[in-house]
Amino acid sequence: MSASNETYTEDQYLEVNKYQPKSSSGKIANYVDTRVGGTGIVREFGRKVFPDHWTFMFGEVALYSFIITVISGAFLTFWFDPSMATTRYSGSYAPLQGLEMSMAYATSLELSFDVRGGLFMRQLHHWGALMFVLAMSVHMIRVFFTGAFRKPRELNWVVGATLLVLGLGAGFTGYSLPDEVLSGNGLRIIDGMLKAIPVVGTYISFFLFGGEFPGNEVIPRLYALHIFVIPALILILIAVHLFLVVTHKHTQYPGPGRTERNVVGYPVGPVYAAKAGGFFFIVMGVLSLLAGTFQINALWNYGPYDPSPVQAGTQPDWYIGWFDGVLRIMPGFIGNIPLEFVIPTPWGGNSIATPVLVPMIPITLLLLGVFVWPWLENWITGDKREHHLLDRPRNAPTRTAFGVAMVVWYLVMWGAASSDLMATHFALSLNDVIYWLRAAFFLGPIIAYLLTKRICLALQRKDREVALHGHEAGVIEVSAEGEFHEKHKLPNEHELWTLVSYEAPAPSGPQPNAKGKITALEKLRARLNRIWFEDRVEPVSREEYLEVMRHHGHGPSALEAAESRQAITAGTGSDSR
Amino acid sequence: MAEHGNGDSTAVVKAGEGASNGYAIDNPGLPPHRPRLADVDEKAAKRSERQVAALFIVSIIGTLMFFVGYFAIARMDQFDDYFEGMSALRVQNTLIGVGTALAMLGIGLGIVHWAKTLMPDHEVTEARKPLRTEADRAEAEKIVTDVVEETQIKRRPLLRNTMIAAALLAPLPAVVVFRDLDRTADFGVERMRHSLWDEGVRLVRDPTGTPIRAADLTIGSAMHVIPENLREVSGHGDRLAEKAKAVVLIMRLNPDDLHEPTPGRENWSHEGIIACSKVCTHVGCPVALYERHTHHLLCPCHQSTFDASEEFKVTFGPAGRALPQLPITVDDEGFLIARSDFTEPVGPTYWERGHTDPEGDFPA
Repeated sequence: MSASNETYTEDQYLEVNKYQPKSSSGKIANYVDTRVGGTGIVREFGRKVFPDHWTFMFGEVALYSFIITVISGAFLTFWFDPSMATTRYSGSYAPLQGLEMSMAYATSLELSFDVRGGLFMRQLHHWGALMFVLAMSVHMIRVFFTGAFRKPRELNWVVGATLLVLGLGAGFTGYSLPDEVLSGNGLRIIDGMLKAIPVVGTYISFFLFGGEFPGNEVIPRLYALHIFVIPALILILIAVHLFLVVTHKHTQYPGPGRTERNVVGYPVGPVYAAKAGGFFFIVMGVLSLLAGTFQINALWNYGPYDPSPVQAGTQPDWYIGWFDGVLRIMPGFIGNIPLEFVIPTPWGGNSIATPVLVPMIPITLLLLGVFVWPWLENWITGDKREHHLLDRPRNAPTRTAFGVAMVVWYLVMWGAASSDLMATHFALSLNDVIYWLRAAFFLGPIIAYLLTKRICLALQRKDREVALHGHEAGVIEVSAEGEFHEKHKLPNEHELWTLVSYEAPAPSGPQPNAKGKITALEKLRARLNRIWFEDRVEPVSREEYLEVMRHHGHGPSALEAAESRQAITAGTGSDSR
Repeated sequence: MAEHGNGDSTAVVKAGEGASNGYAIDNPGLPPHRPRLADVDEKAAKRSERQVAALFIVSIIGTLMFFVGYFAIARMDQFDDYFEGMSALRVQNTLIGVGTALAMLGIGLGIVHWAKTLMPDHEVTEARKPLRTEADRAEAEKIVTDVVEETQIKRRPLLRNTMIAAALLAPLPAVVVFRDLDRTADFGVERMRHSLWDEGVRLVRDPTGTPIRAADLTIGSAMHVIPENLREVSGHGDRLAEKAKAVVLIMRLNPDDLHEPTPGRENWSHEGIIACSKVCTHVGCPVALYERHTHHLLCPCHQSTFDASEEFKVTFGPAGRALPQLPITVDDEGFLIARSDFTEPVGPTYWERGHTDPEGDFPA
């Protein structure tokens, strides 16, 4: 058995006490350093380089929104009583005075009307939660389209996806707490969806509600999940997420001076820390502005929960929209044939709630797809290398097209949650709106895929054209012979590098395995690989570039420089393609 | 790490360097740094300084605004008039919110503006550390092998197998212990087949509880109804649970508009008055909207549409079954009463619901 075999001299141990700080801040720093080893932390992070790009802000927005939601939520817990015990309301809000309601609703009203700043905090909490999920979603979309999830960051992508799901859970459990008509009907829908689950669904509903819906138990249970279990999990995963970001170092966009081996950006101290720290206050400021000026969840309008009333035109919080929307577009009957059916059994039959279960298929596919995507993609492309340089979305046309298709699919389901509002606001037939949404559900992603792929390829061609022939300068020249032509301005080498430094490999074809056999799975992979890579625009090659430069008769210096570079490359036996 | 321009580190890519052999040109290295106005012009730097300071002052004003909102506006319970109270609350919330927003935005924008205009904007380059080195990995692998070896788990399969068995069983109590989440006396699915409706139970208005005569309903009108015995249920939660199964909508149609009832339902209506469960068969929202001209009932949650004139069959939307109809008649005093309980479970479909054929062996 051997532990770490490093040894230290006596002097090294004594060195700790040798240093005599001069300034007072030095004394504080020294006190901390001799106790927690702060020097190491400062040395590691003080000047650590973070690449900067506006698209890297979404993750920050998510983190800050979460912190703000936790702080405002803690404030709310001092007054909110998550109890379904009944009370007669006697607070300041006259229209509800004397009504029988749960303590949960009564204290929500107390927070809104009788605690100064309580309404602000409630609205800040709600806006913060909406922003948290929104920022996570946009962040995830950014990571997807730039390929930042690739090796070595696949697991961090999974951590992020889990955070998104937990964010939905946190949002929904909170939405249900005030126990008014709106959230009660939300819970009722959840109850209906739970009951549709074959075999165990009915019992899951009983256990959640402590009996039949709505019972006496559900609010305190959701409260425990909402303020303890889910936030704790989110905090742990955020820690893991950030730890991995530090371990991997942040990705960066491709560009001059940037390689797979380096990180180009601003050091933490002072620029990055100032920008990121200042940004927290900006996020908090924007959320405060929303909370102070835009009413959200005016729960006093709804009244205490009662299973009978319901408002028309109600909307769930935005992130629940796609669950609600997909439920709306699923038909219960096709013609006169019911989709719901009963499996005949000796004990009378078991029911399959097809109209509720089928809509869960696209939702499951999308969520599952998010989790397995990094492995699915590298299986198809065969690219198992590490990537620290991001893809420009146009340079991964198939991924970008597929991603846009999935976003469109999501948005159709999400938009369908407002089918009734579309009908009433635009004076359309509700039934027609649903028919169109059903068509969009199937056709939308396909059209989006085809269009996006064409757009990506067109942008790549444009890049090629700019690289080889330059930008149109908008200046028409007349030659001595009277010939008109437009002047082109060649990009400088920094711009040129961004335009040409990408890969567009050809489809690889099926590869035999170790036994020399091509399996059926490998054939499938090869087919997907062909779909992935067959439409491609190759980056400008060195030969092409030199050829065009010579043809255009550009200045001898540029040509010489380019040729000498090629000579060096050739001399070192490069693997130039 | 090295600052751009004085590249003394391998991390800095200079022109003509780098793993870029496949591309049309070689990585040209970082573009030259362009100084900002504040870097070269002391006046511009001073201006930035003043702008940042102004933003910080905006923040101070915002904080004061918060205090004005908090202390200068009376709380709602100090107003006799509820509308005045509501306006005061609106003003207070706006002052508190906008004040906090200014306090935060002033600091945030100030710091960011400071960082962008005055702090150094030289991009620096740092080498990426390999995630692990071969030596580290070899060492870690050896440690793991040694640790496993020292446990002797490979040499003693009995230990391994019994441990796996124990570890597989041990989490089960963590699942079972949640059994008492539902401690109700009538635990099970049977209760979902029964509601408070029964033979002779009066239909009363929701929420007033007054009984209804047939004459109270004109043709085309509808009414929200609960069973009279609902008020006997003690306990808020239990009452809500019973109400959640028993809410009913009644409406009166011109008897000529009603389709021929299916066999067995001939006497379920009374002079064009029909009653149905208000709980949607889709996922359980209250089906609250009634359109008298078309006799359509619409669920506002997912827009399932039911036709009252055809025994509440589904005409549009995601619902998979007709709304259960409540058989009704009138008692000696002329009040509407139920003939029986619903003949099928109300609300969304669940696994144990079984078949719903009214002529079958459904325990009515």
